[in-house]
Amino acid sequence: MNILTKWLRAYLPGLTVDDAQLAEDLTLRGIAVEGTYDLGSGKGYLYEMDITTNRVDAMNHYGVAREAATIYGLELKPLAFPLPEAKKAAQPFSVQIEAQDACGRFTARVLRGVTIGESRDWFAGAEIATYFALLDQKKISNAVDASNFAWLAMGQPTHTFDLDKIEGGIVVRRARKGEKLKTLDGIERTLDADDLVVADHKKALALAGVMGGWDTMITPETKNVLVEAAWFEPMAVRQTARRHGLHTDASHRFERGADFNAAPLASAIVSAILLANGGSIEGELVDVRVAALEERTALRKPISLKLSEVHRLLGTTIDAEGITAAAVENILRGLGCGMTSAASAAWDVTLPSWRLDIEREIDLIEEVARVYGYNRFANTLPAFAGGVRALPWEEKEAAIRSTMLAAGFHEAIASTFCSAADAARTSPQPGQVVPLGNPLSEEASVLRPSLVPGMLAMIAGNLNRDVSDVRLFELGTAFIGTTEKVEERPALALGAVGALPTASPLHASRQIDFYDAKGVVEQVLGRFEARGVYFDRFGADSGLTPEWLHPYRSARIVVDGGTVGWFGQLHPSEAAARKIKEPVVIGEIYLDRLYKQPLRKPVAREISRFQPVRRDFSLVLDESIGWEAVDRAMSELRIPELVDWRAREVFRDARQAKGEYALLLGATFQAADRTLREEELQSFHAQVVEAVAKVGARLRA
Amino acid sequence: MTNVSIPELADFTESALDKAFASLEASAREAAAGLSGDEAVEAFRLEWLGRKQGRLNDVSSRWLKAAPPEAKKALGVRFNALKAVVEGLLEQAAGAGPSDASLKAEAIDVTLPGTRRLLGAEHPITRTLNEIVSVFAALGYSVGVGPEVETDYYNFECMNFPPGHPARDTQDTLVVANQERRPLRDRLLLRTHTSPVQMRTMEQQPPPVRIVIPGKVHRNDAADATHSPIFHQVEGLCVDTNITFSDLKGTLDHAMKALFGSAVKTRFFPSFFPFTEPSADVQISCIFCGGKGCRKCKNSGWIELLGCGMVDPAVFAFAAQKQPAYDPKKISGFAFGMGVERIAMMKYGVSEIGQFYAGDMRFLNQFV
Repeated sequence: MNILTKWLRAYLPGLTVDDAQLAEDLTLRGIAVEGTYDLGSGKGYLYEMDITTNRVDAMNHYGVAREAATIYGLELKPLAFPLPEAKKAAQPFSVQIEAQDACGRFTARVLRGVTIGESRDWFAGAEIATYFALLDQKKISNAVDASNFAWLAMGQPTHTFDLDKIEGGIVVRRARKGEKLKTLDGIERTLDADDLVVADHKKALALAGVMGGWDTMITPETKNVLVEAAWFEPMAVRQTARRHGLHTDASHRFERGADFNAAPLASAIVSAILLANGGSIEGELVDVRVAALEERTALRKPISLKLSEVHRLLGTTIDAEGITAAAVENILRGLGCGMTSAASAAWDVTLPSWRLDIEREIDLIEEVARVYGYNRFANTLPAFAGGVRALPWEEKEAAIRSTMLAAGFHEAIASTFCSAADAARTSPQPGQVVPLGNPLSEEASVLRPSLVPGMLAMIAGNLNRDVSDVRLFELGTAFIGTTEKVEERPALALGAVGALPTASPLHASRQIDFYDAKGVVEQVLGRFEARGVYFDRFGADSGLTPEWLHPYRSARIVVDGGTVGWFGQLHPSEAAARKIKEPVVIGEIYLDRLYKQPLRKPVAREISRFQPVRRDFSLVLDESIGWEAVDRAMSELRIPELVDWRAREVFRDARQAKGEYALLLGATFQAADRTLREEELQSFHAQVVEAVAKVGARLRA
Repeated sequence: MTNVSIPELADFTESALDKAFASLEASAREAAAGLSGDEAVEAFRLEWLGRKQGRLNDVSSRWLKAAPPEAKKALGVRFNALKAVVEGLLEQAAGAGPSDASLKAEAIDVTLPGTRRLLGAEHPITRTLNEIVSVFAALGYSVGVGPEVETDYYNFECMNFPPGHPARDTQDTLVVANQERRPLRDRLLLRTHTSPVQMRTMEQQPPPVRIVIPGKVHRNDAADATHSPIFHQVEGLCVDTNITFSDLKGTLDHAMKALFGSAVKTRFFPSFFPFTEPSADVQISCIFCGGKGCRKCKNSGWIELLGCGMVDPAVFAFAAQKQPAYDPKKISGFAFGMGVERIAMMKYGVSEIGQFYAGDMRFLNQFV
């Protein structure tokens, strides 16, 4: 909403600071001035306000002026709209509140012989033409403008009816189901039984606190007027407004809690302005109140406040004097509280009817801090004794992250969501996928059960942007379960495609393949302690390999007998579906399972001073015999001097018989305490040849 | 190898001897200078010091023998000096390794780019999260974490969001399907902030509490340059006896200086959050212009960075249901929260929040 400083100053005769300073001081007290616009000489500034929803009382000029008066300790000019003597009425105008839960107060005043016409600056304190021009508020008629002026001035919505269209008196009641009402916006509405209406003895006249009715609106011909100023319960107004898709200046205020005691004054403002163009009052103000709602609002019980609590919660101020009892009294009195001192530095505080947001001692302490000024508090640090506890998996996660980074993979963060189809293909537990009730899109309709869909999307995204070399990993959460119960599991995904990172003008590059991914997986597993790690593979017919992996170029990762993940080449159909032509390697490790292993603690052992001896064995094997068989044969030799063995080269060439391949096995022998003798080496050689022969490998001719 | 270069000597005067030996030394030095490789060094040795055909042998056999007795001593002195020079040259040639010429033949283009092993880059969000967490770790804050799928109770109710609070509207919160039949408090949703971990932590431990809560959160927001339905938060909670608003100010002022530099100033504004009271928004002096005013801070000199406040007694009342020590008459505390993406965007000059979640190698490469 917008505020004119010219209008504010009318309520603050003692205000000396300029408009820029005023804006800053208000903002620092939580009455935020978002923008300031100079309206020209003598016209002051226009402030664009951003008032938090709990401060409906400050969404008008008098409310902002009250804040300024409290900040500067100034006098706030009372709002006075004296009315002429009323003519006697034969009987008071009839007002009944049927909906006692939803309408707390209804005031009605009858004006007769008024003249509907154009608004002008009627009298001092009612400069409608001047203020509306500066605010860019459209003038409609003196009756409508009077209502608008009243809420702009002091926040209370009012309504004026053409009295001659009202049959009998006023009844505030719930609508009858199916009852019709044409509202001021020209729309014929069918009412709900929960809608709150202002009615006469025959028909609904207005949606209470939301919008007036068409048939009883003020027209140029109107002579007699009923001025309504009422208090409606916030929830009742919110529900009625929502049901009809309406948000009006009036509903905005009532929904947030209007001032129970403002009705008589608002009625006086509207009446005084209308009467300035002729006419007279008939009868006294009719003021009907519902005691239960008045007790919950205007007559709330006082709250006790202790200065010691103010100090306990707010702490040290920059001024040595601190927050004194006098300062507390000045601030809260300024805001409209009544203060009775029950004991020294303690008060019973009665609450202003316009501050329904204040209910507890802490709310008063907040007011004290706010008006005193947050930036007048010192910066102190609380004392601390104790230690900082690390999360149990913190070190493990850091070890994985540093290993992946060192292996040349960039860390990525993907969407938490995926499509139902992707989830079905990648979930480690079929069917355990959690759908969203209000998804962002079909592509993000479920919680991801695996990090694989996100990884694939990121790889495809890079390839689509002509970035051909991709190496990414993600440490994130996968969601398994049902809409009743969701289990969150930490997971690691890795994905790569393109050339290895060592390409240079002098060294040929090569494509990343399965073994590069396996190397990274081994390095990650190598950070953890394990009795046994192995990798195995299942054919397409086993149904064990995840659908997204190439059934013959993928492996299960097994640590101490349990599956901890899968990796390998992306299944060609999955790649084709995403229009990926290059071979992608991708994998996922279930960290909830890997985290069961402790981190490996390095242990140093003596390094032999004696010369190692390397022996190579050129072997020929059947294609059905994998490295694992040779590896196991070597480890089962249990020769203490056999310190290392590895597959140095695997090759297949034309000289080989069909179905066979050649393997160069390299072995290193070394003793801790002596130089190995030739006879020993010959014996080792023979043992190796014999061992590998048992698994089907023969020395190459 | 020839001895032709050793001429007969006719004149044995001292000056003639000097001249003759100087000429020999010069030719020895010249020969030694071009030596490269073991073979050449050996050839040099044979040419000059060879026992049968070496030049010094020739000098000895021809000149010394022909010299008159009175010149023998002068000649001998010069001979020994030359021999020392040649031996020195030989030693030098043998120890110096390959010659410059041979090294020059191995020259490479040092301006070609080096062969780089790609170093993986930590994600800028992880990096920023860790930076924030370590600032608070130094102040005694442990890390707290909690589930991303929360119940309505933890996300809203116990954080003092009354039913019907605008933040509960389904357009702000992503919810798990089929929750309608469950009691409101048990309904599952994606947490909209990391605040639920405040309550989960208090339920598990009595005060004092000092935790910092990093995590992923979700909102049903349309994506644009600065908004994303997925983002990260770091929240903090400090509860103890005698924790004050000025402690909150001091803690955040210290943290902002640690994160953005000691010249940064902070400024606190009244604000409104359901779970804190008093509540504040915190601005820091613009890190781009130092507070003078620029495009980044919309010429205000200040940038809004976080929300905070004293823990609302209503929140303590929820905690006290499981841990009675959270009695707001005896203890107090503060909480704060900040958006990690916003800080990372500022620190690293990122203009599109979506770049954080795209896995684009070109974007991530910049953070190595």
